[in-house]
Amino acid sequence: MSAAIAASATESPARATVQDVYRLGFEGVVRRREGREPRSLTALRAQAFERFSHIGFPGKRDEEWRFTDISPIARSGFRLGAETPSVSAEAIEKYRYSGTHELVFINGRFSAEHSQIEALPEGVVVGSLADALANTPERLEGHLARHAKFEIHPFVALNTALFEDGALIRVPKGVIVDRPINIIHVGRPEGEAFACFPRHMLIAEESSQVTVVEQYGSVGEGAYLTCPVIEVSTEDNAVIDHYKLQRESTDAFHVSTFQLHQLRDSNFSSHSISWGGGLVRNDVNAILAGEGCESTLNGLYMVEGSQLVDNHMRVEHKAAHCDSHELFKGILEGRARAVFNGRIYVHKGAQKTDAKQTNRNLLLSPTALCNSHPQLEIFADDVKCTHGSTVGQLDETAVFYLRSRGIGEEAAKSLLTYAFAADIVGRIKVPEVRRDLEEFLFRRLPRGEVVRQAV
Amino acid sequence: MLEIKNLHVSVEGQNILRGVNLTVSPGEVHAIMGPNGSGKSTLAQVMAGKDEYEVTEGQIFYKGEDLAEAAPEERAREGLFLAFQYPVEIPGVSNVYFLKAALNAIRKHRGQEEMDAMDFLTYVRDKMKIVKMDETLLNRPVNEGFSGGEKKRNEIFHMAVLDPTLAVLDETDSGLDIDALKIVADGVNSLRSEKRAFVVITHYQRLLNYIVPDFVHVLVDGKIVRSGGKELAHELEEKGYAWLEEGRAAGASAATV
Repeated sequence: MSAAIAASATESPARATVQDVYRLGFEGVVRRREGREPRSLTALRAQAFERFSHIGFPGKRDEEWRFTDISPIARSGFRLGAETPSVSAEAIEKYRYSGTHELVFINGRFSAEHSQIEALPEGVVVGSLADALANTPERLEGHLARHAKFEIHPFVALNTALFEDGALIRVPKGVIVDRPINIIHVGRPEGEAFACFPRHMLIAEESSQVTVVEQYGSVGEGAYLTCPVIEVSTEDNAVIDHYKLQRESTDAFHVSTFQLHQLRDSNFSSHSISWGGGLVRNDVNAILAGEGCESTLNGLYMVEGSQLVDNHMRVEHKAAHCDSHELFKGILEGRARAVFNGRIYVHKGAQKTDAKQTNRNLLLSPTALCNSHPQLEIFADDVKCTHGSTVGQLDETAVFYLRSRGIGEEAAKSLLTYAFAADIVGRIKVPEVRRDLEEFLFRRLPRGEVVRQAV
Repeated sequence: MLEIKNLHVSVEGQNILRGVNLTVSPGEVHAIMGPNGSGKSTLAQVMAGKDEYEVTEGQIFYKGEDLAEAAPEERAREGLFLAFQYPVEIPGVSNVYFLKAALNAIRKHRGQEEMDAMDFLTYVRDKMKIVKMDETLLNRPVNEGFSGGEKKRNEIFHMAVLDPTLAVLDETDSGLDIDALKIVADGVNSLRSEKRAFVVITHYQRLLNYIVPDFVHVLVDGKIVRSGGKELAHELEEKGYAWLEEGRAAGASAATV
């Protein structure tokens, strides 16, 4: 019944009010950014906003949003463009990693105070996108909004219209950045619920290499929406290792779009870890546009209570001899829900494509629910495409095996849950990201101290 | 040490064990042989406390206590060990750290101090020699990517580390080549002592050339149909199980007349 009420709410006059909020927000951004970004961008914002006004928020009849009811977001008149609250250094501390460059954002805006950028190789840009748009807009021409299309996706449209800042990382040809770059975004709710739209850009030019960690966290409780868009260009022969940690409070909404474009012989790898947020939707769109690309898109989500996490993957093979591997694993407890939609699209001419997609879900409670949909669309005839999707419980025989060695039932189940996640954990190459994930698992799993001892 | 009395067990509504009696004293090695489907593995797993198996009649006493209500981990902590026929792979959980957690759970139950990492490593290295385990298998995840022989050896290694008073080996010899079989048998033999007892479940007489039992029992259709000394194994080797199955069928029909 609540769905029906929600659906009618989005079409009632209330919608106009919400739309007004966004229009005011849009006008505010344009005013604040005037003179500090190229006119072409202002025009683009206007187009994107018009597009959003036209398509509105998706409803449940929308195929891409069938299992993810975003009406709590659509109904909310989030506060937009408010002053950035202050956040203590201590609150940021837990997101910091030693030996990394750190870009800190609070409610979508860059914090120079908290950011720490060490000496970088010559020509490497690591900083605020807003600063770059103000100071060196010519260097960004043709890059912004090049890959993330707002025409069909309302949240990309909103982000394009409303973003104020984000990370800009650009690695010139042949340069290797050896220290990871850690993008820390924290939401700091104060009073009214707010929305923020960070916009990140990552460009790795020919034969360059970089590791990027993208973190989303919360300082304090309270509802808000983080709606980030990250555009990633992996040019010829470049290598990017990317990690995303979604660890916001369960009051937070998180609707993100990850837009990847790969050129010839490039190698991109991503691990997207999600345990925070009340309603999380991640759209991951990868375009393998040059021959010989390799793309690894892995993920792990662990949700409980009434959390919902939705990963929407679309991998497009546009050129021959590309490999894509997707492995997403989910652990669900309580009444949590997970949606996995994995589309692989192989264009005509993308021969010798090797695409593999796996989604495995572990349901630890009878009330948890998972909707997993693999979709293959293949228009080439010499390809290898596989997909697999499983939803299951812990193996009773394995539980018995561990108990027969003297391990208690709870600890045995926790060990096996850890074991389920272990291959994702093991693939994380940045030690502190791996440690953060492990520490989370030890905290979350009952009798985690036994797990800690045994791994 | 172990006394099984008139044990009836059903699995998913099917009667698998139909009145098993068995008494095992400290220091003894009992072999249980029988054809496929006779209930050997069910007997092993019910001793270790597998939930899905329902004891419909009879009892298992271990150290004088009725095991009916004891969870698998409680049995293990009291010194009962089951070497699995099909050991389970556990990715991401290191073999050696897992054993440390298991041993410490057992030690804690016994009121002993938990072992720290250094002491444990010294202790474990010693036990590895028993099964000629390669050190690399220590640090690998439990059974993951192990060959069949390595898995079975790892079971004996777990047994050596956990130091049980009653060890049940469920077809630990099945599928092993002769070298691996000898290593497993040597491991068991080196752990034989006056205080420890073994129940060795096997399908093949061959194992009993290397682990010489004190008693041999033949399980057919959920019942022990014959018990004897080690020579019974040789008799089975020559004649197969058929003569016992026939004998039992004849006996059963005679009884109903």
